[in-house]
Amino acid sequence: MADFLDTEGREIDPVTDHSVDVETTVLGADEIIINMGPQHPSTHGVLRVKLKLDGEKVVGSECIIGYLHRGVEKIAEHRTYQQFAPYVDRMDYVAAVSNGLGYCEAVEKLMGVEAPPRARVIRTILTELQRIASHLVWLGTHALDIGALTPVFYCFREREEILKIFEKYCGARLTTHAFRIGGLQYEAYDELEADTERFCKDFETKVDEYETLLTENRIWIGRTKGIGVISAADAIAIGATGPVIRASGVEWDIRKAAPYAAYDQYKFDIPTGKNGDTYDRYLVRMEEMRQSSRICLQAIQNIPTGPIMARIGKVLKPPPGEVYHAIEAPKGELGYYIVSDGTTQPYRIRIRPPSFVNLQAFDTMVKGHLVADVVAIIGTLDIVLGEVDR
Amino acid sequence: MPNEPDDKQPPVNAPGDKPVNEASPAAQKPPAATPAVAAPPKPPAAAGAPPVPPATKPAAPAAAGAPPKPPAPPKEAPPKPEPLDNDLVKRYKNCFGEGIREAWIDRKQSILVVDAAQYEEIARYTRDVEQFNLLADLTAVDWPRREKRFDVVLNLYSFAKNERLRIKVHVGEKEQISSVAGVWSTANWLEREVWDMFGIVFAGHPNLTRILLPDEWQGFPLRKDYDILTQDIAWIRENLGIESGQ
Repeated sequence: MADFLDTEGREIDPVTDHSVDVETTVLGADEIIINMGPQHPSTHGVLRVKLKLDGEKVVGSECIIGYLHRGVEKIAEHRTYQQFAPYVDRMDYVAAVSNGLGYCEAVEKLMGVEAPPRARVIRTILTELQRIASHLVWLGTHALDIGALTPVFYCFREREEILKIFEKYCGARLTTHAFRIGGLQYEAYDELEADTERFCKDFETKVDEYETLLTENRIWIGRTKGIGVISAADAIAIGATGPVIRASGVEWDIRKAAPYAAYDQYKFDIPTGKNGDTYDRYLVRMEEMRQSSRICLQAIQNIPTGPIMARIGKVLKPPPGEVYHAIEAPKGELGYYIVSDGTTQPYRIRIRPPSFVNLQAFDTMVKGHLVADVVAIIGTLDIVLGEVDR
Repeated sequence: MPNEPDDKQPPVNAPGDKPVNEASPAAQKPPAATPAVAAPPKPPAAAGAPPVPPATKPAAPAAAGAPPKPPAPPKEAPPKPEPLDNDLVKRYKNCFGEGIREAWIDRKQSILVVDAAQYEEIARYTRDVEQFNLLADLTAVDWPRREKRFDVVLNLYSFAKNERLRIKVHVGEKEQISSVAGVWSTANWLEREVWDMFGIVFAGHPNLTRILLPDEWQGFPLRKDYDILTQDIAWIRENLGIESGQ
């Protein structure tokens, strides 16, 4: 490999030196820098990546983000707690229900109230359906990026069924605003259990169907095995969470480690991988969909009766103080750090987005791989740029 | 390539001393043009800071266009947080003594306020000895009326103990704080975001540049004196070809 010099003439190793600035580094003889995105279809939004290539091998990368920055945290400081709730749906817009759950629970924790049992179970059902829907979008687009055209049609077919359940429940399909602080706005519609049951029972066979398309497919294995490897230690250091860290062998899921909503009542497993590569992350997410469906089937067996809204006033004034509440969103740990000054508006809301932190692992994962693997690694991280940029 | 922070100070920040006393009589309140923010909930024993005599020079008015807000209505005293005094805090105090300024529990969550001088050392100890090896989040909160206006807040998680811990450091506007990117790699982007939004300088950070906003952007949006309608008009006119984004 050619020698690299930084702007001050010192010799550096671009593979191990994280501080290499792609733009200012003096290039070796065989090297070029190419730009990917922000309008590239495989970057899942408006991610821009600068890649330094030695032939077809990636030796350095830099992610440029912020194209979708809307200042959500600043907006929050000028809205009341209830007014801000719809905004969180627009961060991870393929998993709006999960965002809403995290926010509502964080404010409830700040106020010291708890949603009634019935609300918590309905929240759990909808959130798990949302996890399946989010993973289906990931699977379809990820496979499409790598060249498997078929799964995306099946995935969106099943996702449509989930969106129909959301639509029947609250009228919206994507940015649902399904939950309210203190519980739920809407009572479950009459066929919610029946719809969920029908979907989940069918879905078991559907996941098997996807697996027949991919799991033992030679091209799929060739494109994903050993690609984008991250060790458990690296994943922890970089702060990766969710399926990314589980595929590296860390058995950690916030639904088990610190149960919220009604997760403590249900049995489910935490799938883990061994190698921390793209293939293991694929297997982990496939199994997670099965487990989510399992949770839903348990939850609909026994939805408690009773109120769906806790007794809270119309004007929310959480006592001064602060809280950090994290949930296991489809992409990883979604945390809300809220500081209250006792008024109706939050003093500060910090949203800890899983995609933003997971994307930081991209540089570690991509080094040494070919250009064609870049799209596989972006896909396997399962980022949503609305959440990265906020 | 670290930025020179002074070059990037927002133009809306007029020079002038900030009123630093919080307990001063109402006559010493900053003029109404400074956007009013509600008084921060005070932890007990305010960070060991002695009461500072009232600043004689009032803050210069902020940028025109920032509509003055009515002063926050008087509130009843906030409930005293419960002091934290468990084995964890004792171990920290044994190791760092005065480096641990305060410890309390809020909503069953442990909070430590540590001294900025020993911050990096405490971070290493936290990771290696106390096993808080996942830095879940690093962010900041702005309290413009306080002597050291920023809180840098670290939310940590320990896989071994299944516990969370929050560490806070007070940082003044003209001060720097050591970077913990060498302790938890996660901090790299998170500190860049804090620099981008608050203008806090992390000394020793490998690449302290803006991350979400454009490099040429002026000002730090999440500071409390950056009004929601304030924008970098010059940047918008030059790059977007419109008069204003509002």
